[in-house]
Amino acid sequence: MITLGVILRKIRTARHLIWPLIFQQTARAGSRLLPMFLFLAVALGLLVIGQTVSWLTRVGAINFLGTIMVIVVVRELGPLLAAFLVLARIGTANVIELGTARARGEVEALEALGVDPVHYLVVPRVIGMAVGVSALTVYLILGALVSGYLWAFVQDVPLRPGEYFRQLAGALSGLDFALLAVKTSAFGFIIAIVTCYHGLAQPLRLEEVSAATVRAVAQSVVACVLIDALFIIIYLAV
Amino acid sequence: MDVPPTKPGAAAIEMQAVAVSAMRDQSIQVAEGINWTVAAGDYWVVAGLQGAGKSDFLMMTAGLMPPAQGSYRLFGEEMPIFDEARLNHRLRLGLVFDGGQLLNHLTVWENVALPLLYHESFAETEAHKEVQKLLVALELAPWAESTSGTMSRNWQKRVGLARALALQPEVLLVDTPLTGLDLPHVNWWLALLDQLSKGHPLLQGRPVTLVVTAADLRPWKGRAKQFAVLKNRRLAVLGTWEQAEAAKGELLDEVYE
Repeated sequence: MITLGVILRKIRTARHLIWPLIFQQTARAGSRLLPMFLFLAVALGLLVIGQTVSWLTRVGAINFLGTIMVIVVVRELGPLLAAFLVLARIGTANVIELGTARARGEVEALEALGVDPVHYLVVPRVIGMAVGVSALTVYLILGALVSGYLWAFVQDVPLRPGEYFRQLAGALSGLDFALLAVKTSAFGFIIAIVTCYHGLAQPLRLEEVSAATVRAVAQSVVACVLIDALFIIIYLAV
Repeated sequence: MDVPPTKPGAAAIEMQAVAVSAMRDQSIQVAEGINWTVAAGDYWVVAGLQGAGKSDFLMMTAGLMPPAQGSYRLFGEEMPIFDEARLNHRLRLGLVFDGGQLLNHLTVWENVALPLLYHESFAETEAHKEVQKLLVALELAPWAESTSGTMSRNWQKRVGLARALALQPEVLLVDTPLTGLDLPHVNWWLALLDQLSKGHPLLQGRPVTLVVTAADLRPWKGRAKQFAVLKNRRLAVLGTWEQAEAAKGELLDEVYE
């Protein structure tokens, strides 16, 4: 709530300083992770989707392909995997950077200069991570679906690309796109909030930073799973 | 800054029955019963051993935490000021930390520019000129693109000073500026603080009210105007150097002899 308040209240404050930081954090939690995400998308396609397509064909249930792919990859696996990877790569770095800054007295230095630490350190990370997780989830899903088809193609599954993507398109609804955007943003937001909180909230000593990182990761995972459960309820209710 | 400057001699800092907590654990009190007034234009040195609470005292004075008890006013306004509408009032006071406390991911130039760019005190091009002026005046220009990790403590402290001066404070709190410095740097600091107290071109010749903490009073003889000692959780005001010498005894043993 504090972060949201600061975002709204200070949207026009120090734009020349804060907006570049937001772009920097978006690149850090987004485009710079693309190579790793594309590798993972291919792995996900090979390990899960390719095998699913192959088995559905063998049992004669290929008509369910679109629905299964949308439920498994678009709604669940893609967003959660993207969130956990960003947590591992950027969330942990957040706690370490902010915790070290806190332990070294840099946060007090910002306060002494009248620079709001939440505005300067947290807001760019929160916005950057929310945007980053959303964008990376889309790339992860697209990459996984394409590589999954390629894997099925290599295994001689009798499924044309047109039919494969027609089934996927048929199973997707406008709600899927809307909820995917909201859910992945929520994942990014909550990971950034939890990791920044553990880095900044309490005066830390340097030796306490590693414990704070472990706590932040555990709480972020639990928070993401709870958010995911909430969205499952929404999907079922709609 | 849109706050009118205070006339020389008017009270800049007024503390009544103030108790100070430790910054790291505010349940611990490091000093209490502080009654202290600093007039605009004064030059104080507060001496004390390591662990006496000098840094916590300065941080409370800078408004980074409230007094545990008592009343503290800066230019007549109750501190601490967290209200953003009165931020300009709080920024009349600057703080130089013991180790500089530079943001380690920023270069020297970025560290000094940060407050100017954040508060949009100047247009961006003007801010660049201001930073350059500060770096040149404090002999930091060769370090402009360095980060704090590549610099010695001698230079880190100077960057901390440059960053505090960027906002043109009327009161400057300096935490143990001489500790851990090489002799040429010690002399540089003593001379510069002297100039700031009398009026430095960097601050348009306006004298700055100085409060400096130190572990040793001797280097400040003939420079600071007023002296105090922080010991046994009390701030003992000694007065001028002559008065401090006259009062020499158990209170001063550790920071004078």
